[in-house]
Amino acid sequence: MDETLNELGAHVKEALPGAIEDVVVAFGELTLVVSAPDVVKVLSFLRDDPSCKFVSFIDICGVDYPKRDNRFDVVYHLLSPTLNARVRIKVETDEATPVPSATPVFPGALWFEREAYDMYGILFSGHPELRRLLTDYGFDGHPLRKDFPTTGFVEVRYDDERKRVVYEPVKLAQEFRNFDFLSPWEGPDYVLPGDEKASAPKAG
Amino acid sequence: MNAPSKVDPNVRNFQINFGPQHPAAHGVLRLVLELDGEIVERVDPHIGLLHRGTEKLIETKTYLQAVPYFDRLDYVAPMNQEHAFCLAVERLLGIEVPRRGQLIRVLYSEIGRILSHMLNVTTQAMDCGALTPPLWGFEEREKLMVFYERASGSRMHAAYFRPGGVHQDLPVKLIEDIRDFIPYFLQVCDDLEGLLTDNRIFKQRNVDIGVVSLEDAFAWGFSGVMVRGSGAAWDLRKSQPYECYDELEFDIPIGKNCDNYDRYCIRMEEMRQSAHIMRQCCDLLLKEAGPVSAVDNKVVPPKRGEMKRSMEALIHHFKLYTEGFHVPAGEVYAAVEAPKGEFGVYLVADGTNKPYRCKIRAPGFAHLQAMDFLCRGYMLADVSAILGSLDIVFGEVDR
Repeated sequence: MDETLNELGAHVKEALPGAIEDVVVAFGELTLVVSAPDVVKVLSFLRDDPSCKFVSFIDICGVDYPKRDNRFDVVYHLLSPTLNARVRIKVETDEATPVPSATPVFPGALWFEREAYDMYGILFSGHPELRRLLTDYGFDGHPLRKDFPTTGFVEVRYDDERKRVVYEPVKLAQEFRNFDFLSPWEGPDYVLPGDEKASAPKAG
Repeated sequence: MNAPSKVDPNVRNFQINFGPQHPAAHGVLRLVLELDGEIVERVDPHIGLLHRGTEKLIETKTYLQAVPYFDRLDYVAPMNQEHAFCLAVERLLGIEVPRRGQLIRVLYSEIGRILSHMLNVTTQAMDCGALTPPLWGFEEREKLMVFYERASGSRMHAAYFRPGGVHQDLPVKLIEDIRDFIPYFLQVCDDLEGLLTDNRIFKQRNVDIGVVSLEDAFAWGFSGVMVRGSGAAWDLRKSQPYECYDELEFDIPIGKNCDNYDRYCIRMEEMRQSAHIMRQCCDLLLKEAGPVSAVDNKVVPPKRGEMKRSMEALIHHFKLYTEGFHVPAGEVYAAVEAPKGEFGVYLVADGTNKPYRCKIRAPGFAHLQAMDFLCRGYMLADVSAILGSLDIVFGEVDR
């Protein structure tokens, strides 16, 4: 299984010199790391090349890594019914740089890119209507970003006096609890409470 | 708007809202339709009215706590969704599900398939004006949901498939009852087909409506019945078999006219094939015994009886239900053939006890976005027939 994927990755890399930055095979899956401007070229090659035939569009989604310079990954999944194989294409971008839209190659990318825009604020150039999809009309912010709180900022209720739905800042009866289960010996790279002196430079 | 020039300039296109509260919208869908007379010019689906932020919530929960969210996606076939998530986690952890666990998973996935197809076929008939099929079909669904309840304790929100296997073994009486249900169920399928397959009105509403070529179907991201209806013999249970599907015997029905009616016929046949798979699973389950989940106590919690005797089991139980298990860093995409199409989970793990990112690839989402492409040029009445044939459930579209 892995051998065929390696061969396939090598084939794509050879056919598109410069576009493919890396080829990774892990957990029996092939991942191509592509530079953002070349993504449409790679997608159309994968769809049209007779030895690939990745005609079935599966998914586009964003992943957020706030610590990186290019904080977002845009991840494409394609399926080839002829080869019975899947491929994953990864592209890095940030909040301001748009990724070329995949809609000219796969019309099915329409909503998936709108969702990625809605959830992460990733921009796609050449998309026919890049507007919000899943969030409320007039919603502010991009909820799947790691710096967006799970509880959100506003809540809605029906106001009986004003006879309409009103938006108010979130009020929680109990603080949202997100426990840290990392082992204090292995995981965290922050200072544990009460442990401040251990890492501080010794006085005198 | 774009009225042809020769007609009266006062005649303009008509815009109507279909939903969000409409019996044929199958949930909370708002379709903005632009009509020229009764011809549909443009469809703009507005979704997200049932958006609950499932993916965000999963990022703040442990892997085990994430399982019940999957029941609430496509809530007419809950266990099929859990299955995809469990497969993803198992692939990252590198654990193997014992054979009996696999058989139970297959058995309940097929029950889920019947639950979903039964709902879809009968409500599609209701969208076309028939009231009897849903009444008959829902009676059978109720019986199948009792099987869900007897295995998991819940009719719908089962949380029965767990990473490593399934939660509990099935009682022998339950397996026998499922086996005895199958011949009766096949009879019900025949009755339903008698109502619909040759029904003149049903055919007039569905034959040659919603035609989609195979090439378009793949490019729009269709999967499952939507590509099989267009003639592709593509089913993940056959082509990329997971669990023990490769040992079981079943057929993949495909269509050749690419229309609503073919998709209806495929769903009817798939229900019979599912019953056939269920019978094989029941026979095997009655014949052989064994564990239903992996024995790795770092992932699968110990049994209650064990906890009363073994200190180690008690510690494992405590750790698993507070901290949960840690999943090694990596990323996988696991897909199952859910009743509605390819349901995939793209899971990014960072080595902690919570998923870093869990993208849910719902088949209905890809199908619904093509509404504009599918409905353009058809009549207003065809919109509900096409929507019915797409098999949309808003739990999974909006997530």
